Amino acid sequence: MKPAVFEFVRARTLSEATTILLESEGAARVVAGAQSLGPMLNLRLVQPRILVDVTGIAELTEIDDRADAVTLGACITTANIEDGRLPGRGLQPLSVVAGRIAYRAVRNRGTIGGSVCHADPAADWISALCALGAQCVIAGPGGRRRLAVEDFVTGAFENALAPGELLQGIRIPRLSAHGHWGYNKLCRKAGEFALAIGAVVDDRERNSFRAVIGATRGRPIIVTEAREIRRTDGTGLDAIAVTRLFDRHGITDRATRRQHAAVLARALDQAAGA
Amino acid sequence: MAKYGIGASVLRKEDDRFLHGRGQYVADLRLAGTREVAFVRSPVAHARLRAIHIPEGLRDVVFTAKDLVGVKPIISSPPLKGFKRSSQPILATDKVRYVGELVAMCLAATRAEAEDIAASVDLDFEELPAVTDMLAALEPDAPLVHEEWGDNVFIAFSEDGPVDEIAKTAAIKVTRKIRTSRHCMFPMEGRGVVAYRDQRLRYLTLVTSTQFPHSVQTGLCECLGLDDGAVRIISPDVGGGFGYKGLLCREEVALGWLALQVNHPVRWLEDCREHLSANANCREHHYDITGYASRDGKLLAIDCVGYVDAGAYSDYPISSAPEAAQIANLLPGPYVFSTYRCRSAAVATNKCPIIPYRGVARSGICLAIEVIMDAIAREAGLEPYECRLRNMVRPDQMPFDNVLGKHFDSGDHPECLRRAVEAIRLSEVRARQKQSEPDGRLIGVGLSFFVEQGAHGTSVLASWGRPIVPGYEQANVRLTADGDIEIRVGTHSHGQGHETTFAQVAHEVLGVDFDRIKVLQGDTLYTPYSTATWGSRSMVMGGGAVARASRMVAARAARIGAWLLQADTADAKVVEGRVVAGKGSVTLREVARAWYLQPQNLPPDVDTGGLEVTAGYRADRDSGTFSYATHAAVVAVDPQTGLIEILDYVVVEDGGILVNPMIVDGQVCGGTAQGIGTCLYEAMPFDAQGQPLASTMLDYMLPGPTEVPNIRVLHMETPSPYTEFGMKGLGEGGAVGPPAAIVSAVNDALRPLGAEVHDLPLTPEGILAAIDAASARTPNG
Repeated sequence: MKPAVFEFVRARTLSEATTILLESEGAARVVAGAQSLGPMLNLRLVQPRILVDVTGIAELTEIDDRADAVTLGACITTANIEDGRLPGRGLQPLSVVAGRIAYRAVRNRGTIGGSVCHADPAADWISALCALGAQCVIAGPGGRRRLAVEDFVTGAFENALAPGELLQGIRIPRLSAHGHWGYNKLCRKAGEFALAIGAVVDDRERNSFRAVIGATRGRPIIVTEAREIRRTDGTGLDAIAVTRLFDRHGITDRATRRQHAAVLARALDQAAGA
Repeated sequence: MAKYGIGASVLRKEDDRFLHGRGQYVADLRLAGTREVAFVRSPVAHARLRAIHIPEGLRDVVFTAKDLVGVKPIISSPPLKGFKRSSQPILATDKVRYVGELVAMCLAATRAEAEDIAASVDLDFEELPAVTDMLAALEPDAPLVHEEWGDNVFIAFSEDGPVDEIAKTAAIKVTRKIRTSRHCMFPMEGRGVVAYRDQRLRYLTLVTSTQFPHSVQTGLCECLGLDDGAVRIISPDVGGGFGYKGLLCREEVALGWLALQVNHPVRWLEDCREHLSANANCREHHYDITGYASRDGKLLAIDCVGYVDAGAYSDYPISSAPEAAQIANLLPGPYVFSTYRCRSAAVATNKCPIIPYRGVARSGICLAIEVIMDAIAREAGLEPYECRLRNMVRPDQMPFDNVLGKHFDSGDHPECLRRAVEAIRLSEVRARQKQSEPDGRLIGVGLSFFVEQGAHGTSVLASWGRPIVPGYEQANVRLTADGDIEIRVGTHSHGQGHETTFAQVAHEVLGVDFDRIKVLQGDTLYTPYSTATWGSRSMVMGGGAVARASRMVAARAARIGAWLLQADTADAKVVEGRVVAGKGSVTLREVARAWYLQPQNLPPDVDTGGLEVTAGYRADRDSGTFSYATHAAVVAVDPQTGLIEILDYVVVEDGGILVNPMIVDGQVCGGTAQGIGTCLYEAMPFDAQGQPLASTMLDYMLPGPTEVPNIRVLHMETPSPYTEFGMKGLGEGGAVGPPAAIVSAVNDALRPLGAEVHDLPLTPEGILAAIDAASARTPNG
């Protein structure tokens, strides 16, 4: 299949992009790495009138390196994250997660911001970034705003961008020196979208515990109280507690529950250094 | 001599262009003025087509069945008693019978524009209930795919042995239900057609990616009402076939017709979505199978009902019969037993046609019989391999006729099994299983054994009722004026490396420098008519013909050479590219010079046919060669996630005398990768309305490099007594063995949990469901 006709604009500035988006009244779509949008265009699942390429906007490939957080431009590719080309400490989880996303060819072009905007529940970035407590930095006609990644993803393949808005970057808090993390996913084959994702960031220095059950049917499930999933003695997954969690979030299929529990347990063990 | 002849692992001649990206596939052909075709396909599985609305201004570039005046539907009706005929229109007429069926053809300068036009065509349907499951299709009130049939059965086969007698006394009875998924064939290159009128040679020329140039020629002419002589089929480099390119497709007929209406070339290239959801699928079987055995694991009888979900139409030329015929015919496999009953049927459903994929029905058949052998082994308390050994043909019994008279030509089956057991290190795996794994996974080891009938001859295929029956396979061998050899064959390589292996055969006979031997194929203009490449036949049949024709060229050259040497013809023979008589010799080039350029030097009794021979070949006994193999696998199953990993994989194969062992290894490994796909990944699910649910590669899963383990291939070489050089067909076996071997290994791993799985593919969810079901059965589970 070939895409339907569209107009292609390569935006040079954020304001140019937001203006086009606003003026198109929904008929324009942003494209970055095109690793999900490309096939959707070819299959004519989406038929935008205008395609706005934002990869030439300088701010979107910048890295803002601060003591407490790093902000990655939305158009930074997964391959660059994988290769550890990010400044500062505490971001190792990102490169590990990046290295297991799809295939290198996809990672070479696919961007972190594109993946978050696409909001595929089974994709890695939204789960990993939720666990890290990351925020989306949104640029729009009215200026900038920030939104936690879990609030930015409003559902499967849905995000919170308002008309004219654009994801500029992702602000990721740094792990402390003693922060622990674990990430595990279940894929039938290497490079496929996951059937289940478990992500855990346990950073006692920052008094922060975040766990994510990802690759669900909708938004990732965020757990901020360790006792909701971890045994009170701190040694791994509390099977009964996690069952209650599944019940609460409508995960009823036995096989699915077992798979989510398995990857979450492994992520917990990894974060505990087990 | 061994360096390039039979048995040499010569690097492939074709790889220079393939590996440098210089292959010539259909899509690489650029003809000036070509316009592109996109098809309007049925969005529904079963409906009456009331009207096709074409926007004003597009009537000249949209073609429907009404335009195809005089074009006949594709009918592939084997002369078998009771076979119900399906008539497959090139473009839909009154009814559509599956999602993806062609409805209209749109022509534009580019594919994208053609798709724009296709999207603007509006179809008016009256939807009918669809029948999407083969068992549901057999119910008395099922919707009918073809109303005039009265039911949904293309054809049924049966073998009727007195199983009931055995059932009364057999100590062991095991019964299983087995399902194999419908899947796609996925050659790396899809189908594609360029059609144009060749004004100079006065042919309608189709450049098409096919395994069967001559069958497409014959079928196309039948549909278009042309003579064979009016059509030329060129099949250039073909990037994989596996059966998918072994049918006349409606697109070929449609573009052939279109090329006769317009004054420019027309082109259609299949895209991934069309491959996945429209053109042809494979492999969907259902078995209800029971095995009876004595207490010590000796197989006494097999009783089976097997169905093939054949889809809506019978494709040309193979038809929808052989898949079900093979179930009834080949299920007994390699085992020695005397009582066999089997009913099988090809069932019509509102899905695209099923056509034979590498191994045809045999991956499912092998799974069915091997699941039973494993079950008997468990009941008898035997290692699965011991149970099989008790039921095998001994080498001293060869050649052996099995319960259905299949004639196993040669071999040592027990030795093949023993080698695999040793190579997979069974005793080490058994020891490892006694320890628990640090990661909590369960280890299992399994195996499968099967025979692979290849190079089926006239007698076999005539009895199977194939519409086109192969006879003498022909090859043309020519010694050119330069002393080179040109070989023209009607078989067609779609990845098998025939340019190399056929040249090895000619080199073996003539000894001409390997680099100076050229194999030409894939063009009806200059190759002998052939049923082409399928059924593991090309090396035995085409290679046999090349050997025979080469010997005849050698004899003619020897007579000329003897005259040039002033020696007796009886003393002259061709050795390493020279005619040798006594102490004298002349090169074949000098002989060729005499024939082509210096005829004054020829003997008076020279063969006036010259240095070019077309010879036909058929094996001395044409019941087919019987390669055989053991596949053995070690797997790890994660009982928490249901994920399966293959830790080790061994194939021990006897494919007779191997022409090029390196190419054979490639064939075995490639086939095994496909078999792993069949077992663990590949499935084309349909919803209740008949919509195919895996319409992109996001949903359709193929094994990749990380899922295919290092496959260790070991060879035995027992010559066939009936063929040239003792060669046997072996192109398909790799794809036959893996499902049975992996299922066997997974069930071995699950045995401590009391769980068993048989439905393909083995998904993580299926594994977990089986574990759950088993723990629900056991009180303390």
